[in-house]
Amino acid sequence: MAKKQSIQVKVNGRIREGQVEPRLLLVHFIRGFPGLTGTHVGCDTTHCGACTVMLDGKTVKSCTMFAVQADGCELLTVEGLMQNGKLHPLQAGFKEEHGLQCGYCTPGMLMSSYALLEKNPNPTEEEIRWGISGNLCRCTGYQNIVKAVQYAAGKMEQGGKDDLPNIA
Amino acid sequence: MIPPAFEYLRPNTIPEAIAFLQQYGEDAKVLSGGQSLIPMMKFRLARPGYLIDINRISGLSYIKEEAGYLKIGGLTREAELENSLLIHSKYPIIFDTARVIADPQVRNMATLAGNLAHGDPANDHPATMLALGAQVVAVGPQGERVLPIESFFVTLFTTVLQHDEIVREVRIPTPPPRSGGAYLKLERKVGDFATAGVAVQLTLDGGGLCQKVGIGLTNVGATPVKASKAEESLRGKKLEEAAIAQASQLAADEAEPSSDLRGPAEYKKGLVKELTRRALARAYERAGK
Repeated sequence: MAKKQSIQVKVNGRIREGQVEPRLLLVHFIRGFPGLTGTHVGCDTTHCGACTVMLDGKTVKSCTMFAVQADGCELLTVEGLMQNGKLHPLQAGFKEEHGLQCGYCTPGMLMSSYALLEKNPNPTEEEIRWGISGNLCRCTGYQNIVKAVQYAAGKMEQGGKDDLPNIA
Repeated sequence: MIPPAFEYLRPNTIPEAIAFLQQYGEDAKVLSGGQSLIPMMKFRLARPGYLIDINRISGLSYIKEEAGYLKIGGLTREAELENSLLIHSKYPIIFDTARVIADPQVRNMATLAGNLAHGDPANDHPATMLALGAQVVAVGPQGERVLPIESFFVTLFTTVLQHDEIVREVRIPTPPPRSGGAYLKLERKVGDFATAGVAVQLTLDGGGLCQKVGIGLTNVGATPVKASKAEESLRGKKLEEAAIAQASQLAADEAEPSSDLRGPAEYKKGLVKELTRRALARAYERAGK
């Protein structure tokens, strides 16, 4: 066994430290912390995107990166989307527009959509489909996911997060 | 899936990285974007004892024109190519290529240099770089070598790079006026490797005749294929239907695909023929006819 290395990663604004074997995948490092199991392991082969997280502002597949590579970096996971007890407009959109059935792909879908809207706040349908092209959903046929992202884009354009439903 | 154990080293400079590569020899691999290497390690098709992570080496990420070349840094990501105004406006063939590689998340990590150094004939940039007549700048213990792309690929997953060399830069000759290029790929779904892909880059002379042309093929052989006979057939010709049809047939003849899940070999040859026809037409249009 290779010797463990100390790493420090900021996850959703909070410093997380660990002693990790170099071969530990980033997704397993993240999921090892209580309350951070929203990032899913899906295909485990870089196809499905269920493990998508933001690393220093860019989406990556956390099953295709080692935790040691993220040392000193900043991560945003699906748990970081909710602010002050309120759902992010994207989360509200997935709820309102039934953007999920089984929910397995949802965390990854949310992160890819989040990255898309950061770069392009008012995407066309094609741009949304392009933005989530690294995420597979086996339930919805993508229709409602596209609607959910459109819902969020509309809410965010109005600038109002205040009228969004409370998590409780 | 958990890859076999390895030691992880993170040099901050190229000389440091090369020193590690020399120290650990064939048991060491360079970790760049990792989007091919890490899956191979998880499948245990690759089992390096040492990973030399070059991602923190500064100054290796750039896209610039200089001294007659487009220069792309060894750590430049696919997403940067996809989002570059210079690439979009002046090198549409590279834009075409970058945007059909894998998916957005993979493109945020994956690099052009890695796409070449991996030596996988199913990768997309090799064909495009063959069409463009690119050069790979490798740096090793003895200094730099400038490697022409035509002799870069040796066989499946094997290039002329030595185990202690790192790709520092990829250079592409700046195309003269009246040049155009295109990359076309058929894939079963987003993120899949090409069933086949064709890259075409051409330059027209004052009379509208084809002065220079490069044609590269993806995933139809043990290495990326340079369709030399097809290229030769077009030199000095007007790009009319008959000339395009002939070149497309020659390109199909030069392809050596194998039958697999993506289709039988004959189908893939037919695909190369049609994609070559379309890529030539699009490149011609972009060259301003």
